[in-house]
This record gives sequence, C-alpha cells and structure tokens, in this order.
Amino acid sequence: MRIYAILVYLFLYIPIGIIALFSFNAGRHAAQFTGFSLQWYGTVLSNPFVIGALKTSVIVALSSAALATLSGTLAAVALQGVRGRMRAFYDALIYMAVMVPGIVIGIATLIALVTVFDVLNPMLSGLFGEGAPRLALGKGSLIAAHGLFTMALVTVIVRARLQGMDRALLEASSDLGAPPMRSFLQITLPQIAPAVLAGFLLSFTFSFDDFIIAFFVAGSETTLPIYVFSSIRRGVTPEINAIGTMVLVASLLTLVSAQVILRRRAR
Amino acid sequence: MRPGLRTALFLAPATAWLLVMLVMPLVVVIVFSFGERGAAGGYVPAFTLDNYANLGARWTAFRNTLTLAPLGTVLCLLIAWPLAYFLALKADPRWRTVLLILVIVPFWTSLLIRSYAWIQILGGSGLPRIIADLGLGKPRLINTPFAVMVGIVYGYLPLMVFPIYVALEKLDRRLLEASGDLGSPPWRTVLQVTLPLSMAGVATGSMLVFILLMGEFLVPQILGGGKVFFVGNALVDLFLQSRNWPFGAAVAATLVAVMLVTVTLYMRAIRRLSGGRDDVALM
Repeated sequence: MRIYAILVYLFLYIPIGIIALFSFNAGRHAAQFTGFSLQWYGTVLSNPFVIGALKTSVIVALSSAALATLSGTLAAVALQGVRGRMRAFYDALIYMAVMVPGIVIGIATLIALVTVFDVLNPMLSGLFGEGAPRLALGKGSLIAAHGLFTMALVTVIVRARLQGMDRALLEASSDLGAPPMRSFLQITLPQIAPAVLAGFLLSFTFSFDDFIIAFFVAGSETTLPIYVFSSIRRGVTPEINAIGTMVLVASLLTLVSAQVILRRRAR
Repeated sequence: MRPGLRTALFLAPATAWLLVMLVMPLVVVIVFSFGERGAAGGYVPAFTLDNYANLGARWTAFRNTLTLAPLGTVLCLLIAWPLAYFLALKADPRWRTVLLILVIVPFWTSLLIRSYAWIQILGGSGLPRIIADLGLGKPRLINTPFAVMVGIVYGYLPLMVFPIYVALEKLDRRLLEASGDLGSPPWRTVLQVTLPLSMAGVATGSMLVFILLMGEFLVPQILGGGKVFFVGNALVDLFLQSRNWPFGAAVAATLVAVMLVTVTLYMRAIRRLSGGRDDVALM
C-alpha cells in the first residue's frame, strides 16, 4: 500500500523535478545534464518579451482576483437570505460558470465581445469624433473572462464557510442591539475572512495559469502562458524550463498558503 | 438600509458579471450556430441548420473525445482510488494533511507547464532513448494516443483523489471493524464495505474529470502533436485558423449539449445505484 502511494507521488513529482533540474542545466541540450548553471534564468529575466508577458499576467491576475473576490463574497453573503426561485436562478448560473468548459467560455466571449464592439465602436466614433475610445479585446476582456469563473469559485467557497458558521453569534449580536451592518463587519466578516483570502489566492492562481481562455480573448496582449505555448511550438528549450520552474514555485507558494489558511481556521 | 435593498446591492456586481460574461456569450454562440459564414470568415445573420447537418465533418474529433475522455476518467479512477484509500484509512494521521496537500497542489499549477514536462520525458531523447539503450527496441511515445493518455492522467489525477478521499474519510470506521470481526478477509471488506461507501466521491470525481476532459485542448495539442485531436482542438482550428464562426459555434453548442446529457444521465444512474447524495468538491 505504502509502496503504491510512493509510486504515485513519484509519478506526480518526477516531471516537475525534471523541469526544475534542467532549468539549471549548463548545456543547451535538453537530453543530458552537463553541469549546474543559472544562465537560463539570466536569459529569461533579460528577455523583454518574457517580462512584458509576466507583467500582463500579473496585472490581469491581480485585478480579476480582486474583483472576483469582492463580488463573489458579496454575492455569497447576499444569497444567504435568498430563497425559492431567485435562489435556484443564481445557483444555476453559478453552477454553469463553474461547469462550462474554459474553451467554450473563451470562444463565446470572443465572438460575443467582437460582435458587441463592432456595433459600439462606430457609435463611439460618431459621438466623440476623431479621438474616440476604441473598444478592443485586451486586458479588460481577460480580466472579465477570468473573473467570471473565479467569482463563481469564490461564491462557492465563501458560501460553504457561511453555512458552517455559528448562527447563534449573529443572533446574540442583534439581540444585544447591533445594527445588521455592524454584526456583518464584526461577526460575519472575521469568520469568513480565511475563505475570502483562500478564494483570492485560488483566483489569482487560476488566472495566472490559465491558457485556454486567454488564448481566445487576449487580443493583441500576450500573457505568460500564451508566451510559453508559442515557445513550445518552436521546440524544447532550457528557457521554458526556467520560466516553468519560476511559475511552478510561485503557484506552489500561493497554494500552500491558501491551504494553510483554509485549514488552520477551519478547525 | 432595508434588507431587500441590501441583498439587491450585494448581488448587483455578480449578476451583471454573470449576465454579460456568461449568459450573453452563450446566447451569442447559439444564435451564431444557426448563421452563415461570411466571405472573409466571421458571421452573417441567417437561419439555417446547415452547420449542424455538417457536424459529421468533425466526427473524428467527437469520436476521439467520446472515447478518450471516458477512458482517461476510468484510468484516473483506477489509479486514484487506492491512493485515496491509503490517505484516508492507512496513512499516519500526522502526515495526512501534508500528503493530501501534496496531491492537490499539482492540479492548481500550470497544466501547460506540467504537460510540457512530458515532452521531455516521452520525447525522442527521453524515455525512448533509455529503452533503446537497454536494447528493448525503439518505441515512439510522443505524439501518440498513449502520450495523450499519460498527460491526461497526470493532469487530472489530483481532481479524482480529493473527492474520493473526502468520502472515505467520512466513513464510519466501526463498519470496517464489524466486517473484520464477522470474519471477512480484508479484500472482501474493501469490496463490500469500503468501495460502496465511497461511491459519492467516485461519482463526483469522475464527473469533474470527465467534464474537464470533454473540453480538453492543451494535452492533445502538446502531447498528441496534432495527430490525436479532441473537440477542443477542432474548436481552436475553427475559430482561430479557418475563422468559420457559425460552424465553430455549432460544434461548441453540440459539445456542451453532449456534456449536459452525459453528465445528467450519469448522475441519475449513480443516484439510483447509491441512493446517496452527491457533494461537489472543487478543491
């Protein structure tokens, strides 16, 4: 039994280990390890395309995670008091946002936004003349599309936490004369804080790692996964290993902190 | 503030988001799927069923998806169940949390980079060379259905382990003891007690993995080298290369419809079998 478990863990972690190992390879060839070197990290970090893509990814991930966490938490709290048909409506939409494959979300967003922009852009230039703002796919559509899935995710996580909450505390608070807003800020918020924070971290990770939605809605922008994908098409290189190692380490740190936060407070 | 007003205000941003970014785009896909292709690609308004009648042109993609997605799900299940069993019932409780986190974490890291790792392992200078050096022939591994399957199991195994673990952890251990006390050999206890009691987790895990596999693009693209393609790969081709939006929309709508039907039938079957309820676990 234990040997089986060890084998599965090896299966899960050897590929990750190989990427990390070969990112420190002195030689250019992926096949043999010829010595330790940090040169590929230097190459990657001085590549303006990588840095640009990284910046885009971080901006998109931070904004979409912040917006998703805010609106998802508000929705989860509000849905506590919603019953009947309205509740079923929201449950269905949230379920759909989580379940519809990313590739379909990407395609649907692409064709819907392009169609809407084609209608709105002539109107905008009619209104403002020469200097009219032009709507196009880019960071905005990336943030909106990533945030859709992660908002649903945050709602689910925060709602689970709210359901496990001790209602007696809220009743006591209102019996003692606290207005609802104060009870919310002093009782509910501290209790759901770990779920909110974990939701934010997971949202950030999802957006930062997403390739398929971004592939459709990025417009002329390049995120880090899009950059990596197009580099892989050109072949296996130590640079991709270096980027991969950095991305994996960053996600691992974010995730482990999310798990620790969720678990420590869940007791 | 009135409670009704506060609820409405709190729900407003999420509602706007869901309507503009989920409902509207999905409606557009359905509308487009009945349209015609413009001369330069894109969409011309029309009402025709031609796009649906034409689905046969992408039959290979549907066939690959409908055979490899269930196969991948079953493989994940076969590998995940014993591991979840070990974690929930056999592992040292002090290490349980750490071991569980170690399983889940890979799922939340870049699938792109994890699939890329397998190019190096299965590619010409990886495993095949080691096998050749051992004098066992010259197998070709990358760009085969086998490579795609390895990538799928590798990518989605964590998602299968977690719900099964949750189901097994909740299980009443006294039942296992009772089974042993009544003289059942361990394998029989596993088959007749543990396995049936884990069905809710098995159902959730299989459903999650199956849904994600139905829309898969990256793994077949990276490890199948365009030779093993899923509906996802056909969609990318239709939208980004040949720009046939109406036909692509019909393929996408069909994919979602097939998914909904399979998942509904599957859930109904599972519910009838176990009589239990299903908890969807996301992490």
